[in-house]
Amino acid sequence: MSAHVISDQMNPDFALAVEGLTVSFDGFKAVDDLSFYVDQNEIRVIIGPNGAGKTTVLDLICGRTRATFGSIRFKGRELTRLKEHDIVLAGVGRKFQTPSIYDDLTVFENLEISYPKGRNVLGALTFRRDAAVRERVEEVASTIFLADRLNERAEYLSHGQKQWLEIGMLLIQDPELLMLDEPVAGMSVSERKKTAELLHTIIRDRSVIVIEHDMKFVEDIAHKVTVLHQGKILSEGPMAKVQADPKVIEVYLGH
Amino acid sequence: MTHIGRSFFLARKDVVGIVVLAILLVVVLPLTLDSFRLQFVGKYLTYAFVALGLVLCWGYAGILSLGQGVFFGLGGYCMAMYLKLEASSVENTKIQSTPGIPDFMDWNQITELPFFWKPFHSFPLTLVAIVAVPALFAFIIGFAMFKRRVGGVYFAIITQAIAAVLTILIVGQQGYTGGINGITDLRTLHGWDIRTDAAKTVLYFVCVALLFACILLAYYVKSSKLGRILVAMRDKEDRVRFSGYDVANFKVFVFCLAAALSAIGGAMFTLQVGFMSPSFVGIVPSIEMVIYCAVGGRLSILGAVYGTLLVNWAKTSFSESFPELWLLGLGGLFIAVVLAFPNGLAGIWQTYVAPRLGFLSGTKPTDPGAAPVAAE
Repeated sequence: MSAHVISDQMNPDFALAVEGLTVSFDGFKAVDDLSFYVDQNEIRVIIGPNGAGKTTVLDLICGRTRATFGSIRFKGRELTRLKEHDIVLAGVGRKFQTPSIYDDLTVFENLEISYPKGRNVLGALTFRRDAAVRERVEEVASTIFLADRLNERAEYLSHGQKQWLEIGMLLIQDPELLMLDEPVAGMSVSERKKTAELLHTIIRDRSVIVIEHDMKFVEDIAHKVTVLHQGKILSEGPMAKVQADPKVIEVYLGH
Repeated sequence: MTHIGRSFFLARKDVVGIVVLAILLVVVLPLTLDSFRLQFVGKYLTYAFVALGLVLCWGYAGILSLGQGVFFGLGGYCMAMYLKLEASSVENTKIQSTPGIPDFMDWNQITELPFFWKPFHSFPLTLVAIVAVPALFAFIIGFAMFKRRVGGVYFAIITQAIAAVLTILIVGQQGYTGGINGITDLRTLHGWDIRTDAAKTVLYFVCVALLFACILLAYYVKSSKLGRILVAMRDKEDRVRFSGYDVANFKVFVFCLAAALSAIGGAMFTLQVGFMSPSFVGIVPSIEMVIYCAVGGRLSILGAVYGTLLVNWAKTSFSESFPELWLLGLGGLFIAVVLAFPNGLAGIWQTYVAPRLGFLSGTKPTDPGAAPVAAE
């Protein structure tokens, strides 16, 4: 593993630099020559109509989809050629759109698997559930409102609780760049409120990219908003500026 | 917080289950069965090693291999090669045109021991090879498949093809492998005659002891974090991958472990039955081994042993009376288990029997702060 430090052409303050990113599926460009930069501790929200390429951008950053062209540098390190698990080890965490948790394991075990220790075969065989692990799991469990459900199988959680559990799994992983794909989708009003609260606590001290449709929520947390349309950036900037942009109103907000 | 089950990898109900099985295999069966029937049980138990491997590989990790006979056979052949060389001493084979080599080589006009047979003159090397050769083979297959993200049905079909290829290879290379007849007429292990009833009884107990060692190993793996990662991978492979794990490595590991367990069974088979042939390598025996595991319950380590014993006992008694119906019966049994009892005998036990035996079930909530136990 070699870290490519390309400091001469890049502002070292950027946590994430995406440049000329393109991916084509059988000639269809889902993401087309996309460039954007995320600062340290910045909260960036990506919005856009369905099919704009929002989820694909996250897939590209975390290595689930391979870029056709372009580069993704995270703290100066090129991610496009790294394997998925190496991207995670580099400090990138990803939450999927539908809650992605392990139904057959308990809440405790779900969180424990994301604890950043014993991640290779030998490490996992010799991993011990010591006091530090238990404390951390319990601490995260109380943050995600699941402290009293630790010994329950995750399949018995409600939809909202499953979303929280997955957020907790990312929290315990402690990534420097956190990517959340529609974290409040499919939630009841009260769950939404609690989730917003939860997100406010976990997005501190790290860079965050969020995909979200809930405009009130976006307005609430976003430092900067990027509007995607047909794989390209339509508009970018603070929420107020983006909301006033006639192009954005036409394709998205006006609906 | 209590500390139940944390320092030790076996839960109380596991200990009870292991002790019950031990009493059955070490005391009850040897006392109630004659030596001839006990030898049958000894033979069945060698398949239980394969079923045990399948519990980890298929039940826990979700990797269905339809080629476990390959590893059973490789282990068995390694042991058979050693025994055959010992049986082919110069004085035993002086009527051959080339004395000192196995008889089937002589019949096939081979005049010198092939290079890959030579290490099997040594007993320690043979013991290493029994585990290392199948594990290495599994590593090569697993690495090639899992790094390319081949899985599910495709993996099952490829393992089946490998079982077929290996059978054809063994049958075709008669001069090197003994061909369709396999390696027969095995006599002594390190000078000790393995054909007597007394020797077979000793080998039965060796087999049981090895089986329990493997059962404990399986429990350790299951209760480790690796065991939980296997379950997690079976469920949401991408989530595990994006939590920082190289998923392929874990699959390769569990596939190699299952192969090594199968191979120990194969070696014990050769010792107890006195020969090894390609009929234990191919597609049909490999699928039968999956059925043992399915009947026992693919998530239950001890269930694998009971499933193997039960299906083989049924096979022996049924095929004595209706030999032509047995395969149909076996197929029917498999379909019935998959449709009606997807968790096999162990599932029936846990659902219907254990709740009535409170002290065994271990499902009672202990105290609110008890440590979470690994998923069943």
